[in-house]
Amino acid sequence: MTVQGWLLILVFTAIVVALVKPMGAWLFALYEGRRTPFHFVLGPVERGFYKLAGIDPNAEMGWRRYALHMLVFQLATLLFTYLVLRFQDVLPLNPRALPGMSPDLAFNTAVSFTTNTNWQSYSGETLSNLSQMLGLTIHNFLSAATGIAIAFALFRGFARRQTSGLGNFWADLTRITLYLLVPLCIVYTLFLIANGVPQTFASSVDATTLEGARQTILLGPIASQEAIKMLGTNGGGFFNANSAHPFENPNALTNLVQMLSIFAIGVGLTWTFGKAVGNTRQGWAILAAMLLLFLGGTAITYWQEAAGNPIHHAIGLAGGNMEGKEVRFGIAASSLFAVVTTDASCGAVNAMHDSFTALGGLIPMFNIQLGEVVVGGVGAGIYGFLLFALLAVFVAGLMVGRTPEYVGKKIEGREVKLAVLAIAVLPLMILGLTALAAVLPQGLAGPLNKGPHGFSEILYAFTSAVGNNGSAFAGLTAATPFYDGLLGVGMWIGRFFMIVPALAIAGSLAAKQHHPESAGSFPTTGPLWIGLLVGIILIVGGLTFLPALALGPIADHVAMLHGQLF
Amino acid sequence: MLKEFTSAFRPALVLTLLFAVLLGLGYPAAMTGIGQAIFPAQANGSLIRDDGRVIGSELLGQGFAGAGYFHGRPSAAGKDGYDPTASSGSNLGPTSQALADRIKTDLAHTPGKSVPADLVTTSASGLDPDISPEAAFFQVDRVAAARGMPVAQVRGLVAAQVERPLLGFLGEARVNVLALNRALDDLPKGTAPRRD
Repeated sequence: MTVQGWLLILVFTAIVVALVKPMGAWLFALYEGRRTPFHFVLGPVERGFYKLAGIDPNAEMGWRRYALHMLVFQLATLLFTYLVLRFQDVLPLNPRALPGMSPDLAFNTAVSFTTNTNWQSYSGETLSNLSQMLGLTIHNFLSAATGIAIAFALFRGFARRQTSGLGNFWADLTRITLYLLVPLCIVYTLFLIANGVPQTFASSVDATTLEGARQTILLGPIASQEAIKMLGTNGGGFFNANSAHPFENPNALTNLVQMLSIFAIGVGLTWTFGKAVGNTRQGWAILAAMLLLFLGGTAITYWQEAAGNPIHHAIGLAGGNMEGKEVRFGIAASSLFAVVTTDASCGAVNAMHDSFTALGGLIPMFNIQLGEVVVGGVGAGIYGFLLFALLAVFVAGLMVGRTPEYVGKKIEGREVKLAVLAIAVLPLMILGLTALAAVLPQGLAGPLNKGPHGFSEILYAFTSAVGNNGSAFAGLTAATPFYDGLLGVGMWIGRFFMIVPALAIAGSLAAKQHHPESAGSFPTTGPLWIGLLVGIILIVGGLTFLPALALGPIADHVAMLHGQLF
Repeated sequence: MLKEFTSAFRPALVLTLLFAVLLGLGYPAAMTGIGQAIFPAQANGSLIRDDGRVIGSELLGQGFAGAGYFHGRPSAAGKDGYDPTASSGSNLGPTSQALADRIKTDLAHTPGKSVPADLVTTSASGLDPDISPEAAFFQVDRVAAARGMPVAQVRGLVAAQVERPLLGFLGEARVNVLALNRALDDLPKGTAPRRD
């Protein structure tokens, strides 16, 4: 580890904290449906969309209607992308004459982008420019906007009193897209182009290298996709190598901005939540718990990657672990990126997690298994975190024998049951599907590496899919009907079996009265609360996944220390 | 419930199409127009041309095998490495026999003590354009001998090509291999290796 490495981590954290309030206030304006400066330009677009689609943006929806309309919209966009990918061979903007995607791969990719996972069974190099733009870029916006909309609905559940209305899904979706994501992406795209990320409709150029070999350089509308890929915590790369590819992430500055943009909206939402429930300290307490888990994970991964691999040291290769890392980022920025992308549900990578040391690679996997609540995906992070908060006040309530309350709402049996359902889906699906793949021949055909690391590849794949992350131990050959299908189902359940219970909780909370804080209320802002939150998250995550982690990365670590190769 | 369900059809379908046009076509097209107008070199891939012929991109590494050129890192992109149509890392894990064997073989073929780590490890993209300054200085003797140039001259050339971290902590010190090799070829003295 170096001083410069730690300086990067500290500067990154400081900028993240500085972003919280401005981003949170911007989001709060959209939460309230207030005018923003962008209404001047995009207001007519918003009104035109409502008119053509027959939407009344002021019509309040109950939780069932909100959920149903959201789901129908997901299915419509899913089908749209599936068709674009299947028929890219006959659609325009395909000068390299690429074939249409197979049904299983198109299904997997369409689910992957609809659920904000962006798992890459596909390799970006096999997509036409039209597929990238029309098939994938739109989902990067819409799945992000959907996540934020769900978070808004849940915030309204906490903030409102004795009502059934949680807002209007269509209005939330449209406003978030037009007044937050589009303006930010325009500026971000130009920054990326200035730094060397290509943006063109040309698809390739042939070069003759200095030594006379032919090199086909692939180009495309990369910058416009890259911007929303990071900001919307999507993570699906234009190229197979994702943000490690010099055309997606050309230098250390773009790398810093990419990491910041993964966290920007997620941390802003903690402030928005506090503001919505009338006490921004509630939001800062959530952020503090998130940052503790973030810094802990970063320290472990950076320490392990900088320490390097004793097996390689014994062969005569000194120093930290550079396998699967880029020279321009080095060990510090690669370790930090890996933690950031898995704390949030981004899944973009600037280094190959599969080649990390055993414990260096355990942390990214563990981050996803915690439910991606350390900042988390845009929207998904905060609603996931609030489920843990309900669990934490419930546990605190059991300890002192009082009905638990959180931000002025009594938390009763129905909310706790729904929260447990949403939280339990993650381990059930991850461990169940991993177990299935670890015994079936189609599953065992997947891993590239042998021994415990091969098991880690399978475990990481289902962790990433169900957790809607999208990063991978990419040695796994996942573009088979078996993995495409199973991972696709995992992604769908991981996304919507969390969202629907969260909306049901929102509906149930919105109907309740407000209970002002009293001397007997458990305080949900101080260090005691932050400690309890971190403890609940680690215990629920740790206890559930520890046995599986022992078979994978922990066994791998012991083997690494003893020089055992597979 | 069924009525609720069907009432979502029109907004879902219409908004899918409208957003597809706005975000899937309008946004990338507008950004392409602006990008091409303001930053044409970057927007087209930072291509390097020699007498009008494209020889590569400033941002992408390419394979070098000749003794008279500085070599980049081993690459897992495509069969022969540095193939931009197949960007990839090796994905070999910490306890991989194949990885240990590969490193052992590469070390055996790299004469000299304490080989810099980046010279025997594959990058994440397989297209890494850079090596560390140590990895560049490590190759100075071989390149100088192959070109019949004074070691000090080659060493000076490498030193001039080292890029320092931005603000002292953003990124790592590095040398762009293609830029370094082009600078070598552009030197008036010395013998350029044959291109065949």
